[in-house]
Amino acid sequence: MSQSSNKLTQNTAQTRKLWSFHGGVHPPYHKDDSNKLAIKFAGIPEYLVLPLRQHIGTDAEPCIAVGDKVFKNQLIAQHNQHGLSANIHAPSSGIISAIEKRAIAHPSALHANCIVIKTDGKDVHSDADTLTPISDYKDIPPEELVERIQQAGIVGLGGAVFPTSVKLAGSIKNPSQKKVKTLIINGAECEPYITCDDLLMREKSTEIITGIEILLHLLNAEECLIGVEDNKAEAIRSLRNACTGNNQIEVVSIPTIYPSGGEKQLIKILTGKEIPSGGLPLALGLLEQNVGTVYSIYQAVVEGKPLVSRIITVTGNGILHPQNFEVLIGSSFAHLAKQAGGTTKMADHLIMGGPMMGFALEDDNIPVVKATNCALFTSSTALRESNSAFSTQATLPCIRCGKCMEACPANLLPQQMYWHIRAKDFEKAEAHNLKDCIECGCCNYVCPSHIPLVDYYRFAKNELRDQSIAQEKADLSRERHEFLLFRKEREKRERDEKRAAHKAALQKKKAAAAKAKADGKDDNNGDAKADAIKAALQRAKAKKDARDKDASLAKKDTLAKSIAPGKEGTAINKVQKADKKDET
Amino acid sequence: MKFKTNTSPFFSSTNNVSAVMLQVLLALIPGTLAMFYFFGWGILFNVVLAILFAVVLETTALIIRKRPILPFIGDLSAIVTGWLLALSLPPLLPWWILFIGIFFAIIVAKHLYGGLGYNPFNPAMVGFAVLIISFPLEMTQWIQAQGLGQQPNFGFIESLNIIFGIVSVPDWDAITMATPLDEIKTGLSNGTPYSDIIKQSSYLQSTQQNSWLWSSLAFTLGGIWLLYKKVIHWQIPVALISTLVIISTIMHLYSSDNFAPPLLHIFSGATILGAFFIATDPISASTTPTGKLIYGASIGFIIYVIRTWGNYPDAIAFSVLIMNMAVPTIDYFTQPRTFGHKSFATKKRDIGKNNGSDS
Repeated sequence: MSQSSNKLTQNTAQTRKLWSFHGGVHPPYHKDDSNKLAIKFAGIPEYLVLPLRQHIGTDAEPCIAVGDKVFKNQLIAQHNQHGLSANIHAPSSGIISAIEKRAIAHPSALHANCIVIKTDGKDVHSDADTLTPISDYKDIPPEELVERIQQAGIVGLGGAVFPTSVKLAGSIKNPSQKKVKTLIINGAECEPYITCDDLLMREKSTEIITGIEILLHLLNAEECLIGVEDNKAEAIRSLRNACTGNNQIEVVSIPTIYPSGGEKQLIKILTGKEIPSGGLPLALGLLEQNVGTVYSIYQAVVEGKPLVSRIITVTGNGILHPQNFEVLIGSSFAHLAKQAGGTTKMADHLIMGGPMMGFALEDDNIPVVKATNCALFTSSTALRESNSAFSTQATLPCIRCGKCMEACPANLLPQQMYWHIRAKDFEKAEAHNLKDCIECGCCNYVCPSHIPLVDYYRFAKNELRDQSIAQEKADLSRERHEFLLFRKEREKRERDEKRAAHKAALQKKKAAAAKAKADGKDDNNGDAKADAIKAALQRAKAKKDARDKDASLAKKDTLAKSIAPGKEGTAINKVQKADKKDET
Repeated sequence: MKFKTNTSPFFSSTNNVSAVMLQVLLALIPGTLAMFYFFGWGILFNVVLAILFAVVLETTALIIRKRPILPFIGDLSAIVTGWLLALSLPPLLPWWILFIGIFFAIIVAKHLYGGLGYNPFNPAMVGFAVLIISFPLEMTQWIQAQGLGQQPNFGFIESLNIIFGIVSVPDWDAITMATPLDEIKTGLSNGTPYSDIIKQSSYLQSTQQNSWLWSSLAFTLGGIWLLYKKVIHWQIPVALISTLVIISTIMHLYSSDNFAPPLLHIFSGATILGAFFIATDPISASTTPTGKLIYGASIGFIIYVIRTWGNYPDAIAFSVLIMNMAVPTIDYFTQPRTFGHKSFATKKRDIGKNNGSDS
């Protein structure tokens, strides 16, 4: 009874002061499309295609060969020691049918190295290949927990897919840096259409809270704030129930506004702090993790399960039964669509991620990766909210109305940057802090002229990157060239100095000689000259002697070498003779 | 299955340029009706003719420049320009003068600079400036405003005939007069104390003043609508009007005989129309929040200077055009503090950078 009343107060009262960030937009959310049904397992497809690299950094190294039989959860590609990468495990049992280049989920439809597993449908795992569950993580030192997270191949599931172990290791192993005081858990899920985190928080709140407790222990952090947008009341309730009694953890209901789930924006909302441009949350004693990642950490530590599946929202008006699935990494988007009742005629877009920051895929025969949080099958018309009678969706020139500026969560001047980028004046755009643009798409969304602003910023950022690389190269060659010139100069100078010194010495000598001549009657000087000549002669003789000795030694050597067995005596005589000759 | 590909964000809002311009047109209606009420058919014909000329010239320019016609006519910007210019012109102005004004606005100020979005100067004000310099007499002759409830001097047909020069009005000088601002300016420059000007000139006392006052109030209503609809930002009108009020109050307190009172500055003339509809033209105005304050305040200041010591009784056009020139500089130096940056850091860095590249 007391617990329930406690719950009630926790659910209703929220005393924490919240901050807001500049700008933001309220696009149509479409969350109700997919959040009605419980999470369902999407099943085992016939083939699983696992890209070796699912994030920035380098490929993982396959540790199996084509034709090998693999068990579920077996390690099939190991993280590269020299680069940023993460372990990959077999999501289900089967046979490795290929390791080859396949089309991957990438904005440029790239092909990349993938491991292909032909599943056997048995989903068997061997005890030898699985991680041992850790029941009492509190006895485990942080380093070991980080190692476990690394072994389980966990990456940030919020979208950035940065290897979690690297992020955590950076936070605990760095004595020079600030210690993590507050752990921020991102359950905002501000992108329209996506509900995977929502459903996960509803259904797996206890596991998420345990995951958070593991992280708190690991980081030795003081508190944890879970930020959830207030349009997910059920998730908030569920999490609050799960963390009753733990006063280190607070579930904070935040106002619904896109992009509240951006790392910097969420931190601003919850703590009022702004991460300095180009800096990390760690600089402020903060660390942020996505709820999905926390759930994976729980699975890796408590259940000993590597990251082989994740929750994915399959939604949009191009899908018959939009809902959330637990999907094996490597399943194709086509498989997902089939599980959700198939696509409708309206589906002419497939977007991985949300409509604000996701990217379009050309083909649905592409595998989902650890980063995939949503498969949005939709018609083009559903994406355009239009329209009034006068509306044209054609791109018109910028009228500098400033809507973009009002919507920009980074408080930039999108209209000015656009202007400079059109003029190819990338430096000016950079001076307007283009690099602080998070490409959230707010400016683009509100633009009455429908200018693809984010494309301009991406383009300019690329150009600036290219320029800076070219600049670095140019700097390097200039440095080299300058050093070459310097070296030549130095050599010349040294030569000149030597020559000058020589000349000076000569002149001195001459002067001395002249003086000697002038003071010819001076005995000392005459003696000095005689002495000098004597010394020179002596030197010459010594040199000659040394040369002769060298020659005789060489002769002796050759003689010694020529000694043959049996002829020892004569040889020795010869040597002695030679020695005698030397002495004379 | 194959899908279309493009880039994020895939969402776009319902907002569009036509909707923005449509709001401006809607907001102009109360003020236009008030002016029509006081000045008669001449106002409406000005507006209709100006819009007609603007659309025709815009279409011609688009054809010559090989641009798509429908989207650019549909954006309604030419109509806004024509309408705004028409409201600044005296009623019953000969049609060809109006045409010249629109020509300079649409062809010279807008399309020669690259069309919508590329004009550094406010097109309507360029048109106005050309006319007031070229036709000073015609441009300062306003027909007498009628008192509330009275009929306009000229009927529908009569007005048309005057505009197209079919009928000439013999006693034109008798029925037209300078605007109140003009009248007071002339009086003050002749050394007549302000109170005497008001006394001498009977029409300045009630009806004429009222007609401008009510028109201005009607335009204020439109301006508030634009603020409410978030088509314009508060900074420019607030800065403009308050600067004008502050300066004129100080000067009037300093010498009430030589300087007109603030109410006159605000409500007789185009101050309100200028503050809400002309200075706020987003294309040619400053775009940063701080920049807008500076821009608006500077216009208010220049209006006062020109009205008081310059050659023109009203000074919206020249003030706006002068400040249009300063916009790029204002915008550059008033960048807001970017998330995660220290304030003014940007500025300092930029200045440092520019110095570096110059040297």
